[in-house]
Amino acid sequence: MALGYSDQMHHSATETQTKVDPKEIIFEHLGDAYGWELPFAHHRRIPLPVIVYGTDGFHVFSSSRVTDGEQFQDGNATFVIPAEGDYKGKVVEIVDGQQVKPYDISITKNVLALFITIAIVVMCSMSLVKWYKKNGNKAPRGFTGAFESLVVFIYDGVIKATLKQDARRFAPYLLTIFFFIFMMNLLGLIVIFPGGANLTGNIAVTMTLAIMTFLVTNIFGTKHYWKDIFWPDVPMWLKCPLPIMPMIELFGIFTKPAALTIRLFANMMGGHMIVIVLTLLIFIFAGVGGMVVGGATVVVSVAFSIFMLLIDVLVSFIQAYVFTMLSTIFISLAQEHGHEVTE
Amino acid sequence: MLSMILVAVEALLGLGASFGAALAVIGAGLGIGKIGSSAMEAIARQPEAAGDIRSNMIVIAALIEGVALFAVIVCVLALFV
Repeated sequence: MALGYSDQMHHSATETQTKVDPKEIIFEHLGDAYGWELPFAHHRRIPLPVIVYGTDGFHVFSSSRVTDGEQFQDGNATFVIPAEGDYKGKVVEIVDGQQVKPYDISITKNVLALFITIAIVVMCSMSLVKWYKKNGNKAPRGFTGAFESLVVFIYDGVIKATLKQDARRFAPYLLTIFFFIFMMNLLGLIVIFPGGANLTGNIAVTMTLAIMTFLVTNIFGTKHYWKDIFWPDVPMWLKCPLPIMPMIELFGIFTKPAALTIRLFANMMGGHMIVIVLTLLIFIFAGVGGMVVGGATVVVSVAFSIFMLLIDVLVSFIQAYVFTMLSTIFISLAQEHGHEVTE
Repeated sequence: MLSMILVAVEALLGLGASFGAALAVIGAGLGIGKIGSSAMEAIARQPEAAGDIRSNMIVIAALIEGVALFAVIVCVLALFV
């Protein structure tokens, strides 16, 4: 990763008098882009298709046509990526001199990384299915066996333990969530293709996953669950003139997915940011103190970076496990069937 | 005069964000430390339950960390937005 930064330093150094801009580098590494950069040569990108729905229908073109601020004319519409302003870094259409943002469903780096993650998870799961179809009841070996032990760990340890009877009904969703998040986290730690895209550090991705859990919890919630929210078993003064308890319960329905979102997003983004900042320290110190200070910082910074990356591997697993476990608990709370009131 | 005020405001933003993040870290450290210590005591009392205790400890530590990271997100927003 340091080689990639050094290449970028050289590129920006020739423009900005050897001054390192940490904010911009961090945001570029944590953000999305219209092309996938080549390993160890960060300013050269493999362009990905841009698919926008502008004022006159769909336009599909390669993002190499709009790199470096060039304008691209496709039929009647002109597209450009402005370098500053509200729409910095995004494709906008120029209509009558104004910048108008079209509906943008391009295949950006994050979207491509999502597809790659899906392909990897499906491949791993299908290998397990194929083994059992071919070999009946024999235990799998090798990678398939390791994958199966992880599936059993989550299924027996989390899903069956919490859900008991409804386990088989919700196990597909929960196991998919676990492996998807785990694979996204791990791929974000690898520096080169196919990894290197900061997926779970993007709040849109984690919010979508939390919304999925929200939908599964509430759509499959039993009638007793909804009764407990809107007319709970509490003294009347908490319910009737001012619905205090129902409001609190309703608020609780929304804070749970919000907490899931922020927890996963902040953990993953924090891990990436720490590693990037530690690596950038080398260049900042070299800029301030010269080669000797830079050299000393290299040893310390690389040691710390490796340590943080190893912790990030552990955190990837733990965060996927906690997301799955909390989703299981929320689903089990919504599957409440009511108790008999003993007189 | 105006530029001095703007520089002072930016410096205060940085100061506030760092203080907020430091307080959040203190809170998280204390909380997770308590969890860890009671988990250690419980494992010492009953070593067979070590696996169960370990899983629960990790889960609760992740929940506490989630709350601390709420505070970190707010500080980062205050600093950059």
